Amino acid sequence: MAENNRAVLKLKEKFAASIIDVVEFRGEVTVTVAKDSIIEILSFLKQSLQYNLLTDLTAVDYLGKKEERFMMVYLLYSIPNKDRLRIKTPVTEAECRIPTATQVWKTANWLEREVFDLFGIMFDKHPDLRRILMTDDWEGHPLRKDYPLQGPDREPYKGRLS
Amino acid sequence: MATTETMTLNMGPQHPSTHGVLRLVLELDGEIITKVTPHIGYLHRGIEKLSEHRTYHQILPLTDRLDYLAPMSNNLGYILAVEKLMDVEVPERAETIRIIMAELTRLESHLVWLACHALDIGAMTVFIYAFREREAIMETYELVSGARMTSNFFRVGGLSQDVPEEFVKKVSDFIDSMPGYLDQYEGLLTTNPIWVKRTVGNGVISAEDAIDIGLTGPALRGSGVDWDLRRDNQYSGYEKYQFKVPTGENCDTFDRYKVRLVEMREACKIVRQGLDRLKPGPVLADCPQVCYPPKENVYNSIEGLIHHFKIASEGFYAPEGEVYQGVEAPKGELGFYIVSDGGNKPYRLRIRPPSFVNLQAIEKMCLGSMVADLVAVIGTLDIVLGEIDR
Repeated sequence: MAENNRAVLKLKEKFAASIIDVVEFRGEVTVTVAKDSIIEILSFLKQSLQYNLLTDLTAVDYLGKKEERFMMVYLLYSIPNKDRLRIKTPVTEAECRIPTATQVWKTANWLEREVFDLFGIMFDKHPDLRRILMTDDWEGHPLRKDYPLQGPDREPYKGRLS
Repeated sequence: MATTETMTLNMGPQHPSTHGVLRLVLELDGEIITKVTPHIGYLHRGIEKLSEHRTYHQILPLTDRLDYLAPMSNNLGYILAVEKLMDVEVPERAETIRIIMAELTRLESHLVWLACHALDIGAMTVFIYAFREREAIMETYELVSGARMTSNFFRVGGLSQDVPEEFVKKVSDFIDSMPGYLDQYEGLLTTNPIWVKRTVGNGVISAEDAIDIGLTGPALRGSGVDWDLRRDNQYSGYEKYQFKVPTGENCDTFDRYKVRLVEMREACKIVRQGLDRLKPGPVLADCPQVCYPPKENVYNSIEGLIHHFKIASEGFYAPEGEVYQGVEAPKGELGFYIVSDGGNKPYRLRIRPPSFVNLQAIEKMCLGSMVADLVAVIGTLDIVLGEIDR
């Protein structure tokens, strides 16, 4: 159960005020925390609970679905303990920035560049925040929900006509 | 007073040894590399964006086009994630065939790696031999799915169809001959003085650095980290199979080469165990709200046709929630993270490509070495741009 997860117990003990939500779905534990203490929490998980591998870092756009538009997702893995933990933190559209996790894991470098490129979320103090998949002069951020599938300068796809 | 200047050299995106459309901007001090800046994205097709507009079944063909040298591993990762989301149980025969095909895929991917890696370093013979063996796997692909590369063979809940009768004999013959071929490659390379000089001490990355930078798969095991998802976070019935997980000691290109060769031998053993376990039975779960109906129902009854039409056009609705499934793909951990809002399409599908994260290590691994060593580092990282750029 999520309440008995080793990380959740420790996080509740140390960062009780920052925890917004704890969910378990299909055996996977997700902890949503406040943006202000995200780096503190990630460093704590890495240093004290051996979550030494940052498997993935990505974002989800909840345009019109949630009050805070973006959700940052950190997927951690502990090689010594062989378990996973998902940490999420909401990011608002008005203040579309978050501190970089490159200070905790070097993996975050390119993954954050990708999130910046495709979602337009800024990472404070990132060493090299440039677009990575799209060209440097590209306008817009393709994975945002209000970015049209066909691209900004083409008629939207209306399904097969024949 | 003589002064020296560094030189900027562009390599790629059309370069035979960058394994696809990878562009590197090198800063050189004579022959010594002082800075590497990779530029990627030439093959970006927006697969994650496209997936948000397709039903769960329709996304499957897109996954073939990620790591196009290992299509079935991509299929496996994706369907396992969807099956976890839908809570579908897969019949044993389907699970066994999936493992046989996934391990053949590992062999195929490693054969291409060995062929191109050796060719980059100057050993052309291995290239020809490895592609000969790869051809047998391609034929097996064609036998089961009708396609040589974009297989699209697995389905949510099982397989698109059962394997033909000659499958067992064909795979069995291949697996029997493969260890002999592997000995042949080792004879050509392992003690070859040129190969040893080019690979020993090349591209060294310590275990701590490798974990910090996020390396996974054979690249991480080459640095001595004993971790394999197939053994440590079992999925798709891998707990029933016995295999060894090889690790390296010296963290260099030679050790990663040894690790991958042992992995190929172990893959043969897993396929053999899979063939021994193969029993007759259904290959698709009995779960009509998610799975396609059997073809004979589609052709012979109106209910079957309606069912097929509904699954093909509307698909199925997934419960609200989010799942992540990582599999040990030939190149490292391939993960699919699905966020569902209760609709028939994923709200967000994130693909965690092993090559993308592994490529980040390139700078760490080749700073201070010669330009020619960079080619060996690209080879040993075993990258595929289809998966990096998505």
